[in-house]
Amino acid sequence: MSPETMSIFSPKLAARFDALVEKYPLRRSALVPMLLYAQDEIGYLSDAVIAEIADRIGITELDVRNVATYYSMLRFKPAGKYNVQVCTNISCMLRGAYDLFERFQDELGIGHKGVTADGLFSLEEVECIGACCWAPAIQVNYDFHDDLTPQHVTGILETYRGRALAEGKM
Amino acid sequence: MPRLVSHPDEVKVVSKRFGMGAANIDRYLELGGYDATKKCLAQGPEWIIDEMKASSLRGRGGAGFPTGLKWSFVPKQSAKPKYVLVNGDESEPGTCKDHLIFLHDPHAVIEGTIIAGLAIGAKTGFIYLRGEYRYLLEIMEKAVADAYAKGFLGKHIFGSDIEFQIITQSGAGAYEVGEESALMESLEGKRGVPRIKPPFPAVVGLYGGPTVINNAETIATVPHVIDMGGAAFAAIGSPRNGGTRLFGLSGHVARPGVYELPMGYNLKKMIYEVGGGIRGGRKLKAVVPGGSSTPVLLPEEIENLGMDFDQVGKAGSMLGSGGVVVIDDQTCIVEFALRTISFYQHESCGWCIPCREGTDWLKKSLTRFHAGYGVAKDIDNIQYLAENMLGRTFCPLGDAAAMPTLGFVKKFRKEFEEHLNGKPCPFAKHVELAVI
Repeated sequence: MSPETMSIFSPKLAARFDALVEKYPLRRSALVPMLLYAQDEIGYLSDAVIAEIADRIGITELDVRNVATYYSMLRFKPAGKYNVQVCTNISCMLRGAYDLFERFQDELGIGHKGVTADGLFSLEEVECIGACCWAPAIQVNYDFHDDLTPQHVTGILETYRGRALAEGKM
Repeated sequence: MPRLVSHPDEVKVVSKRFGMGAANIDRYLELGGYDATKKCLAQGPEWIIDEMKASSLRGRGGAGFPTGLKWSFVPKQSAKPKYVLVNGDESEPGTCKDHLIFLHDPHAVIEGTIIAGLAIGAKTGFIYLRGEYRYLLEIMEKAVADAYAKGFLGKHIFGSDIEFQIITQSGAGAYEVGEESALMESLEGKRGVPRIKPPFPAVVGLYGGPTVINNAETIATVPHVIDMGGAAFAAIGSPRNGGTRLFGLSGHVARPGVYELPMGYNLKKMIYEVGGGIRGGRKLKAVVPGGSSTPVLLPEEIENLGMDFDQVGKAGSMLGSGGVVVIDDQTCIVEFALRTISFYQHESCGWCIPCREGTDWLKKSLTRFHAGYGVAKDIDNIQYLAENMLGRTFCPLGDAAAMPTLGFVKKFRKEFEEHLNGKPCPFAKHVELAVI
């Protein structure tokens, strides 16, 4: 497809997808990363995202949905601008992950899979994120924060609020 | 940024470039990087496989299969292209070693991939990272681009007539994709559901071609085996367990971290000396020796336990991914068992019934039990359910859920009994677990 005229993605991402589908022995090998990269830009897998990806790969939308629903990072409705993912799996649990998760719930006033009214934050309890030796750990979008205590929560949220403000001014 | 730790007992082979800026290709070359690949180009496939066999390097993903032997299974002639596949879907709870490899030494992964390709006659290698490791994927992608720019990858690697390409790939959240055939499905753009074996990947793998799939740590170890020689590498470890291993100490130890220790290193010493003992002056209650799927061990079982595949196997558990999770005496084992099974219930792909239903029933039973609504026969039922999952699933996820559960019930039956008949949990802390 011609990305300039038809794509719902930014020209940069559309160009990246043009190259991605050609990279593998099989076009649909690009599917899983494409879904994730599309979500990074659009915020979630909207109907339009699914339609365009199906078109780019040359498979049905149903096929795309069938694959997308398997992967836990992919979502079908918007999350907050900053998605706070608190790992509570064993290594993190042993070092206080549930206290941390509770503090995030209190500070944000939302629960698991909730989104704040201003759309700035969402919260998720997640499975192991591969930071067990630096537990408890969280990810905010793709940023890792490790060795945390509940006392860190306010500061972390302030950092991202500040970042959102700075972006707003630019 | 993950903290690096150090201990005098460490033997730094795989981690020797950690913290030295080796993600930069020029720095990597200064540190002797890519010498192993050049050596392999000169020596040829049979020599590589002989060195790998001599090293007695065994798969670091958890199964412990001898790497050299695995490579030798790939047929020399094949109508379909052959592939090397690097498994960086690191998702076993308790495991974060590959995290450090991708962060500090991405070129070692590239080198290992090229060497595996030379050994089996593949022209393409894939490096698959879990979706959560985005910043590490970007480090890997930069390293791959740098290697192309230097001519280490491409149509004529190092100016030879040999072609080798590397493609990096992101997952999107799925523990099950760490299973080798499920990873191939994911890489082919499908749901990460395992394939029926046989045929094994060495014969029919990615895109139907013969495929070698290795864990990222295994692959990152390969150039070091070549540099020092297979026999020298084997000499570091214990019999049939060559070399060192990146052990991840986590949980209630005073100094958690990833430590590189020789295979066969004593587990008690690892916890008390390397890890600094149990934090807060508490006592050791139990230890999960190799990631959450491995059966728990009691303090008396680790006295003389050497951490290699064979010795931990003999002790009734598994070395697994090398993720050592240490549990102190203030921890409720029922809650720990519940959190463990909740993970497997969440991650079960749902294809085969014993795993899909078994993990769900176990989670429900343990949730009720821990909340104080258990009855005596639940304990036997939990054990019965877990026993009936063992060996009855297409992939090891069913076993991975059943084995630790059996360990908890058998070794901590008394603690289960203490939860009975509406008694509150003796450790009463977090009774409700959120439904993920």
